[in-house]
Amino acid sequence: MNPENYTFMFLGFTVAWLIVMVFVISIALREKKLRQELDRVKRMIEEGESTRR
Amino acid sequence: MRLKIILTLTVLSGAILAWNLHRIFTQVPDEANQGAIFRIIYFHVPAAITSFTGFYLGMFSGVGYLIRKDLRLDSIAASINEVSLAFATITICTGSIWGRIIWGIWWTWDARLTSYFVCLLIYFGYFMLRRAIDDPTTRARLSAVLSIFACVDIVLVWKSIEWFRTQHPGPVLEIRGGGGMAPGMEAPLWWNFLALLMLSAALILIRTRQEAMKLEIDALRRHAHAF
Repeated sequence: MNPENYTFMFLGFTVAWLIVMVFVISIALREKKLRQELDRVKRMIEEGESTRR
Repeated sequence: MRLKIILTLTVLSGAILAWNLHRIFTQVPDEANQGAIFRIIYFHVPAAITSFTGFYLGMFSGVGYLIRKDLRLDSIAASINEVSLAFATITICTGSIWGRIIWGIWWTWDARLTSYFVCLLIYFGYFMLRRAIDDPTTRARLSAVLSIFACVDIVLVWKSIEWFRTQHPGPVLEIRGGGGMAPGMEAPLWWNFLALLMLSAALILIRTRQEAMKLEIDALRRHAHAF
């Protein structure tokens, strides 16, 4: 039995999960950024409306 | 409600994957010729089928946009395609690792590998295109057209192992008439497919909500500029 066989099997499983993890982290970071942006734009509109009054 | 669905899908997917991982390592024997490395198939194939399913759903959503001109359908298409692209990347990477042991090489320009690589490039191009176009309607229209074009390549990817006999193994699953796996060895593959499908559904729901937030931000910005 090739000793590399097990090493590469675990490498394959690790890479698969790593890609999922990186994708989930990128989604979480984008979520945070979008929420901040949404709050910023809402604040900007509220400020604009109050100065118009 | 959406959060509950996301949580349920994630928990169910995690439970099936954990249970299946236990089965793959303790109950499924090593393959006679390949040894332990064959177990990569339990992620490689389900990830590939998940990506194909997603790319087609993304294409249908894009076609839905072309018919109904509803930007929400374009957002759904983009979300589905993004998640599917992550699973397609898993397929390419795990396949390459398997190939390093079985073929002795990381990569070869075989019909299946090349057509799948082209598919990946088309979808990377899809997201580059989306970033490059500011106008939402033009972006949605061109994305939908590119998505249709990409799905033609997926047919080629799927059929390539029947049409061309090169490096990649031919069909092994029973549904494709392969019969290359014992029934006890094939069942965990389908359980993993179900788990990955549920995981991708949860991720798509999260991404769809984010795309809806983007549309809301764009609408608010237009409202702000109107002052």
